[in-house]
Amino acid sequence: MITMKDLEIIKKNTLPKIALRHNDTKEDESVFKKQVLICRGTGCTSSKSDKIEKKFRNILDEKGMTEDVDVVRTGCFGLCEAGPVVVVYPEGTFYSHIDLEDVETIVDSDLTNNEVVKDLLYKGAIEDDVIKAIDEVQFYAKQERIALKNCGMIDPECIEEYIAYDGYVALYKALTEMTPDEVTAEMKESGLRGRGGGGFPAGLKWEFTANATGDIKYVLCNADEGDPGAFMDRSILEGDPHSVIEAMELAGYAIGSEQGYVYIRAEYPIAVQRLQIAIDQAKERGLLGKNIFGTGFNFDLEIRLGAGAFVCGEETALIASIEGERGMPRNKPPFPANKGLWQKPTLINNVETYANVPQIIRKGAKWFKTYGTEGSPGTKVFALGGKVNNTGLVEIPMGTTLREVVYDIGGGIPGGKKFKAVQTGGPSGGCITADDIDTPIDFENLSAMGSMMGSGGMIVMDEETCMVDIARFYLDFTVEESCGKCTPCREGTKRMLELLEKISEGKGTMADLKRLESLAETIKISSLCGLGQTAPNPVLSTMKYFREEYEAHVKDKKCPAGVCQELLEFHITDNCIGCTKCARNCPVNCIDGKVKEKHIINTEACIKCGNCQTVCPVGAVIKR
Amino acid sequence: MRNVNLTIDGINVTVPENYTILQAAATVGINIPALCYEPGLEIVSACRLCIVEVEGVNKLQTSCSIVVQDGMVVNTETEKIKNARKDILQLLLDNHPNDCLTCQKAGECLLQDAAYKYGVVFREHDGARKAGKVFDNSSPYIIKNDTKCILCGKCVRTCAEVSDRQVLTFANRGFDTKIAADANMSLEESTCVSCNRCVAVCPVGALLDRRFSGKARTWEGQVEEVQCKVCEYGCMFEVLSKNGKRVAVRAKKPIVGRPLCLKGRMTTEFLYLDNPDTTYKKVDGKFVEASWEETMGLEGILEKLLKQNENEKIESEEK
Repeated sequence: MITMKDLEIIKKNTLPKIALRHNDTKEDESVFKKQVLICRGTGCTSSKSDKIEKKFRNILDEKGMTEDVDVVRTGCFGLCEAGPVVVVYPEGTFYSHIDLEDVETIVDSDLTNNEVVKDLLYKGAIEDDVIKAIDEVQFYAKQERIALKNCGMIDPECIEEYIAYDGYVALYKALTEMTPDEVTAEMKESGLRGRGGGGFPAGLKWEFTANATGDIKYVLCNADEGDPGAFMDRSILEGDPHSVIEAMELAGYAIGSEQGYVYIRAEYPIAVQRLQIAIDQAKERGLLGKNIFGTGFNFDLEIRLGAGAFVCGEETALIASIEGERGMPRNKPPFPANKGLWQKPTLINNVETYANVPQIIRKGAKWFKTYGTEGSPGTKVFALGGKVNNTGLVEIPMGTTLREVVYDIGGGIPGGKKFKAVQTGGPSGGCITADDIDTPIDFENLSAMGSMMGSGGMIVMDEETCMVDIARFYLDFTVEESCGKCTPCREGTKRMLELLEKISEGKGTMADLKRLESLAETIKISSLCGLGQTAPNPVLSTMKYFREEYEAHVKDKKCPAGVCQELLEFHITDNCIGCTKCARNCPVNCIDGKVKEKHIINTEACIKCGNCQTVCPVGAVIKR
Repeated sequence: MRNVNLTIDGINVTVPENYTILQAAATVGINIPALCYEPGLEIVSACRLCIVEVEGVNKLQTSCSIVVQDGMVVNTETEKIKNARKDILQLLLDNHPNDCLTCQKAGECLLQDAAYKYGVVFREHDGARKAGKVFDNSSPYIIKNDTKCILCGKCVRTCAEVSDRQVLTFANRGFDTKIAADANMSLEESTCVSCNRCVAVCPVGALLDRRFSGKARTWEGQVEEVQCKVCEYGCMFEVLSKNGKRVAVRAKKPIVGRPLCLKGRMTTEFLYLDNPDTTYKKVDGKFVEASWEETMGLEGILEKLLKQNENEKIESEEK
């Protein structure tokens, strides 16, 4: 049986091993001189950070440096655009885009002679020859990390490091000092709202489930993250799996459940593996299982793998899937809080929601509410992507403006292009335009703008993004992911997609726009589950803010952003120098012209492959 | 059970507290259209046609699933609802063949009824329609035409009610969703026992009794209800007469304790029809012609009875 004393001993023994990574723990004497943290999240691992880690270990071993220099595998650092990421402590030197060949350089220079390899530094980590530590880099400076607190900071496969950062203290506190009702009350007081998309107050859900009658209750974690581009849940499970385990135990204690399941998609192999390791370690340490901390509280946790259907992120479909049924949503009511998994009262929250819980219990609801806005306390993790310089995971306090996210954290738009809109909420969300760029981000404001928080995808779009094309992209996704149970979603989204395809091919009519709007409205109000009810949002929102763009496709048969292939024409301007390169590279021989004379494209025969534009040395080929 | 008072379309309704809005409305003659609702089967709220507005609730509610509450004020035919129903029906018709003229189901098709009520018609369009193998006439008992299927799932649910059947299931997803027998087999290859439970509940012409088809339009002839005599369940069948001749038998909807079976239906045919068609039995996943003795399970019995009669005759002659 584990005790608080054991936790303290583990912490005391582990602190010297992690001391280098934190300013506030530097007084503890570190056992290492240097520590190399290597991102082993999915992004960096797919760019060979696993081999980089191995190489570091091999070289340090060969050179007999392992006593002084420690190599740590971590979860995601967030700035995926810079991957593979390697950070060297105590300085916090931030190396980006590391290749296998760079490993020796870093070992010889930084790790041996304490000389930073400036060439390999992240571009934002050096300014006027002054080197910035990772936490001073612009991308991180405005962020506030609660859910991602340990990501990129600890070795997720080492429970001792989690404990050293006060892990499982919240659980101890709850089990020994609080009644289950007090835990629920604290959650309610914190105002934490579901981070999976809907934004339903988590504490209320806990209360409903706690009050539901039933001998057996379940705690579920929704790790079926499916919005295109969103990967915060994956990163949390890869970087800090124990925070989710601890939270689910707290939830189990609060609602009176002894069994939890994490439903996670099999396409997240690293997250699955790390979570399993974490579960095993927690069981081994007595932090999961029977009679935890000697309080008589039992809790067991198992992983359930999903096959990756987007709709299984809908709670009732997720439950059906765990039960071994086809992943189709069920009618609500009854809500899972009353009749969930195997008809028993069930609490279901998503990964990011859970990741906030241990800190809320440990530091109190009051502390949590110092972040964010009144209606939306705390932070939100966004997966920033699209036409923005710094792409990756950002965690910001609610109430931060889009401008701060796009320009301060995201570093603005590449190539000096004009900002057009931001898409949030993925296939369930909508667009926010330049007019609203200074609106503080929270649940209410996003809904009011016709978008939604969603699970936190945030795609930045510049002037070269066609809004019809964006709507088409999301509808294409929804059509693919509709489960087929209810009529409006199954039949309706397909018809909407067909209309959008027609419009983007220049074959649309004004009547089609009307039909599109009417269908969108019907699907929104009559679909069975959240997937269908929100599927029209990308269309409704782009039609609301960019109607002129739709009309340009319909009336003028033009795509103003120059994206929709069918509607654009390649044209050679007077800048042509007659080099004949375009004509020679044209696969259908539709370019005529003599040497040193202006060439002309026969647009009838042109297949719009864009080869001519790519090869033109003077930029004389344009799309119009 | 306690009674509950509510208002539906301005009418005061008093019903037991476990009634759904749809059931409550029916008690005062308000028929809310519904395609996937079937008394006795699990409520799935998939067709979305039965949506109504409940005052004080933001979202539209499916009347098949929402249980009545005291003081509830329900509106079943507002403009918002009518428009949504029209759109939903149009979506169904857009993916449904325009062949009501020749469809055996015409006259008792729920889709037809709803389209009639809301004035929704077939329209030309060049969008997608159900693809793949959509017509299964491998069974001499059931015609399965997926082009007409509206995926209400009643067939799947009623098939699942009998634990050793569970033949029909949903396959694929989204627009490609379809009803499959076992692992996407033909009815002949599958473990289907031709009990015709699915046929009895299908609201459209996607699952039809093949022996009944073509004998008469649904509004022609006379129908008499008979109870099966084969076993103690006593399932109900309809015997159809046309021009004074009994021409076909079909199963009425199964209810709890009345599971339906092929043997019962065929025995009823044999007993009541003037000229019943050839019967078939499944042998190793193939339908082959069968004698009536085989179909009714009388092999051996009949011979024994005949022999007994013979013996009795001889005995009496000897005396």
